[in-house]
Amino acid sequence: MASIQELRSILTNCKTIAVVGISEQWHRPSYFVGKYLLEHGYRMIPVNPKYLLEHGYRMIPVNPRYKEVLGQTCYPDLESVPTPIDMVDVFRRSEELMPIARQTLVIGAKVLWQQLTVCNHEAHDYVREHGLASVMDRCVKIEHARLFGGLNWMGVNTGMLSAKRPRQLPY
Amino acid sequence: MSKDVKQPDRAFGFETLCLHAGQLPDPSTGARAAPIYQTTSYVFDSAEHAASLFNLQTFGHVYARLSNPTVALFEERVAALEAGRAAVSAASGMAAEMLAMLTLCRQGDHIVAARTLYGGTYAQFAVTFARFGISCTFVEPDQVENFEQAIQSNTKAIFAESIANPRLNVIDLEKLAAIARHHGIPLVIDNTLASPYLCQPLKRGADIVVHSATKYLGGHGTTMGGDFC
Repeated sequence: MASIQELRSILTNCKTIAVVGISEQWHRPSYFVGKYLLEHGYRMIPVNPKYLLEHGYRMIPVNPRYKEVLGQTCYPDLESVPTPIDMVDVFRRSEELMPIARQTLVIGAKVLWQQLTVCNHEAHDYVREHGLASVMDRCVKIEHARLFGGLNWMGVNTGMLSAKRPRQLPY
Repeated sequence: MSKDVKQPDRAFGFETLCLHAGQLPDPSTGARAAPIYQTTSYVFDSAEHAASLFNLQTFGHVYARLSNPTVALFEERVAALEAGRAAVSAASGMAAEMLAMLTLCRQGDHIVAARTLYGGTYAQFAVTFARFGISCTFVEPDQVENFEQAIQSNTKAIFAESIANPRLNVIDLEKLAAIARHHGIPLVIDNTLASPYLCQPLKRGADIVVHSATKYLGGHGTTMGGDFC
């Protein structure tokens, strides 16, 4: 299980996230997560432009079925994406992970993130052997909200304690 | 943000959780003690922001019946003290108990409960729930096998107090949890009298913990409250 430091480092350093298997349907979790990531960057512009530079995630949808999701050009697979990708966030069945893990390596991403209930240990070990970070069975949106604020508004045990005042609002 | 809220990856002590769990200093004022947010409503930045909130696509407060920062703090603190995932609060222990049980049971369902219960709980289970069409069998809790014998095909919850009011008998949580798990029925434990300081039922196999926060959790005898996690 990834530690708080590891998750924090991943979510701080990865600015461009490819969401593989994203849905264009508004009620699907992958759409939620994509929208959350986009909004998190966008919303910070008027408040603190520096925050955007540091935290404005760029979300690239990857799904062969769509041309565009959430206003972003959608690509059929990772290798078709023309820009560098920091992290690959996967909303696919566990057994479909290996080809995605191999593509993740080919495109030079630094992190492979398998969403909640997605658990392919072979892919996990494979990317780690090649020096990448790997997270399994976790939700990017939940972990971001747990570590950087937002989830603590819902009565959830975030495990976060600090005497430091947050310098921006968690949305 | 990572520059602002650093935290070592470690577990905090119970006393630290009692004081600080669930509360980062207030971002706008820097207030260290928990502010009381007395508001029913919250502003939205735009119609799009409101839509995102209502669609649960972004985190934030919408309406005080659903969430309030002060209440959320209390809920997270209780969840942290009980080593639970999350908590929901209510105006009293009885309200919290009803909320928990009505989430599990509907008309035609059945509860197995210890005979040794707080009087208000006994009345709620024996009289109020009966009016909703939910029946309850009360069993002598010292032999936990009694719970198993009372399980029916429509039993949706097993309920007991970790230390019972008023007889102060202690329930064998691990054994009872094993029975509940074997039958696939959630075990709900009222931990009001023990408090998480003496006993954390979730660590001993319970599925849901209920409190009257009016007693040891509040600690001052000034404020009513309840929760379950």
